[in-house]
Amino acid sequence: MGQTLFAKIWDAHRIAETAGGASLIAIDRVFLHERTGAAALRRMAETGRTVLDPARVFAVMDHIVDTRPGRGDGTLMPGGEGFITETRAAARAAGITLFDVNDRDQGIIHVISPEQGIVLPGLTLVAPDSHTCTQGAFGALAWGIGSSEAEHAMVTGTLRMERPKTMRVTFTGALAPGVTAKDMALALIAAHGAGGGAGHAVEFAGEAVAALDMEGRMTLTNMATEFSAMTGIIAPDEKTFAYLAGRPHAPTQFDNPYWATLCSDADASFDREIVIDAAAIAPMVSWGTSPEQTIPVTAAVPQGPERAHDYIGLAPGAPMAGTPLDAAFIGSCTNSRISDLRRAAALLKGRRIAPGIRKALVVPGSLAVKRQAEAEGLDKVFEAAGFEWRMSGCSLCFYAGGEGFAEGSRVISSTNRNFEGRQGPGIRTHIASPETVAASAIAGVIADPRELAREGAPA
Amino acid sequence: MKPVTTITSPGVPLLRDNIDTDTIIPSREMRTTGRTGLADGLFAPWRYTDAAARLRDPSFVLNQRDAIATRLLLAGQNFGCGSSREHAVWALAEFGIEAIIAPSFAPIFKGNCIRNGLLPVELPQAVVRRLAWQMVRIDLPTQTVSAGGESWHFDIDPEAKAMLLEGLDAIDLTQKMKSAIARWLGVDRRRRPWVYREDTK
Repeated sequence: MGQTLFAKIWDAHRIAETAGGASLIAIDRVFLHERTGAAALRRMAETGRTVLDPARVFAVMDHIVDTRPGRGDGTLMPGGEGFITETRAAARAAGITLFDVNDRDQGIIHVISPEQGIVLPGLTLVAPDSHTCTQGAFGALAWGIGSSEAEHAMVTGTLRMERPKTMRVTFTGALAPGVTAKDMALALIAAHGAGGGAGHAVEFAGEAVAALDMEGRMTLTNMATEFSAMTGIIAPDEKTFAYLAGRPHAPTQFDNPYWATLCSDADASFDREIVIDAAAIAPMVSWGTSPEQTIPVTAAVPQGPERAHDYIGLAPGAPMAGTPLDAAFIGSCTNSRISDLRRAAALLKGRRIAPGIRKALVVPGSLAVKRQAEAEGLDKVFEAAGFEWRMSGCSLCFYAGGEGFAEGSRVISSTNRNFEGRQGPGIRTHIASPETVAASAIAGVIADPRELAREGAPA
Repeated sequence: MKPVTTITSPGVPLLRDNIDTDTIIPSREMRTTGRTGLADGLFAPWRYTDAAARLRDPSFVLNQRDAIATRLLLAGQNFGCGSSREHAVWALAEFGIEAIIAPSFAPIFKGNCIRNGLLPVELPQAVVRRLAWQMVRIDLPTQTVSAGGESWHFDIDPEAKAMLLEGLDAIDLTQKMKSAIARWLGVDRRRRPWVYREDTK
C-alpha cells in the first residue's frame, strides 16, 4: 500500500525508538522569535547547553517590535525591550542566524522563512509558535512547539514524538470570485470545529488547493492550528519549486529526483478524510469568540454559547452583514503577504474608509513585502483610503499591553484568532479575508466584498 | 522536575470549551523572558474585574473560597488552544495546579504540560462534569481517577507517563542517544546535502 506525504517525511526523519515507545525525530530547522524563543535561549544558557548545529537555527524579532516608522528596540509594551535585547545577545552567543529589528529581511517568522528559502519541501521545521504549520504549504513537516521543546530541538537536533494520525482535507472544484484561501480555512473550521483536527497531521489536497498560489496555500495551512491539528501540509509542485529556487538559503534548482517523491501515493490511505466543495464557499466572517464560530457574510448569527453572544454583543438571528465597526486591521502571518495587500488595495483604490472607522492599520508581513508594495504604489492607495502604513511585525494580531484599539472596539481583522481579549480587553474581533476587511472598512459595517468588486473601480 | 504519582484535590470546574492560552495567560502578563512571576496573571481577564489594579471578580471560580488551595482544574474540550506559549503551563503550575482533567487538550499545550510535570488527564465530558467540587484522587501508575466511590481509567502515552512518574528531563534522556543521532546525521548529510546548506552557495 502507498504512503502518505506525512508518512514519507516522518519515516525519513525517524532516528530511533525511545524506551517509552515514542519516535526520536530529526529536526532540520529551528526558528525562534523574541517572545517565546528568548525563554528557550535563556534556559539553554543557564543549563550550560549549546546548539548542536547553529547553521540550522534561526531567530527573528517580530512579535512585540514597534511597527511605527523610525523604530528601534523600544516598544510600547511595558518590558518589551528586554525581550528584544536578551534575544539578540543570546542569539549572538549561540551563533545562530538572527533577523534583527531593522534588518532588511526582517518580518513575521512565517513570512520570512519562505522568503529566505529556509523552509524547503521534505524538511522538518519547528518553532515555539503555534502558526508554524503555515510553512507546511511548502511540503515541509512544520509544527509549533513550546519553549522547552525548542530548547530540546536546538540542543539535540531532535524531538521525542508520538506519531499523529493522518487526515486529508480535499477541496474539490474551484473557488468563486472574491472567495479566498482564508474563507476555505474558516469554512473547514466552522464545519468541523476548532478541535476537529486534534491528533492529526492534515494534508490539504484537491483542485482548489492546487489552484492556489503559494501565498494562498500559506493562508490555508496557517489555520491548521486553529483546527487543533498538529500541522497542515500541501504536496510541493512546480509552483513550490519555482517560488523557492535561488532564495538565499534554498537550492538554486530542484532537479534531484528526490523532490518528485514528496507527495502522497495514489493508493495511500488516511485515518480520516473530509471533502469540501470549494465552489459552495462564500466569504466567511467570525461572529463569536472561537474560529469555529464563523458564518458566511450573507448569513445571520446562529444560536451559540451564551457567553460568546454576551462578549461579542450580537444576538442570535442578527444579520452578519451590516454590523457597525470601529476599526480595521490588515496583517498577521495569515494575511500580510504581497498578494493579500494587492487584493485589499484593489478594492480600496479611489475610496475612503467610513468615518466610523477610528483606527485602520496595514502591517506588511515583512520589510521585503513592504518594499514591494511601495514599489507598486500600494502604500499610497492605503494611505489615501485612510489606513496607516506600518513597518512589519505581528502588531495588533494580539494585544501585548502597548499599542491597542480603543476599549470595546469592534474590529474587522485579517488575523487568525477572535478569542476574548486577543486584540485587547473587551475588543470584539471578527476575522475575515483581506478583501472582506477592505470592503467592510469602506462600508463602516461588515460587508460582502463581492458587492464592491461588482461595482468596479470608482469613477 | 518533581515526579508525579498521585494527586488528591477538590476538582475546580471551569467547564467552558476552547479555553485558549491567551485567556490562561494574556500576552500583556508575560513581562520577562523568565518562567516565574506568572501566577498573578493566570486567567487575568476572568479573574479580575480590573486586571491592572488586580481587583478580584468574586464570581470567578478560582476566586471562590473552596478553590483557593486547589491542585486540580476541570475544563472543557480543546483546553489550551491557540498560542504555543509555555507561559500558560508555567502560570498554572506556579498557581499550584498539578493536574487538569478535560475531554481533550490542544496538542502543543498538552506537550508543554508533560515537559513541566503538569498532568493532563483526558476523560469524557460527562465524567468531567460529575467531578466538579468532589474530592478527586488521580493515580498515575494505575491510570485511574476516583471520586465518590467510583473510578475511571484514563489513557496516557507510555513515554509521557514515564517522564511524569520519574520526573525526567527530556534533554538529558535524549543526550543518551547522541551516538545514534550523530550516525543518522552522517548518513543524512550525504543523502540530503541541501539541508545542511552545503550546496546552496
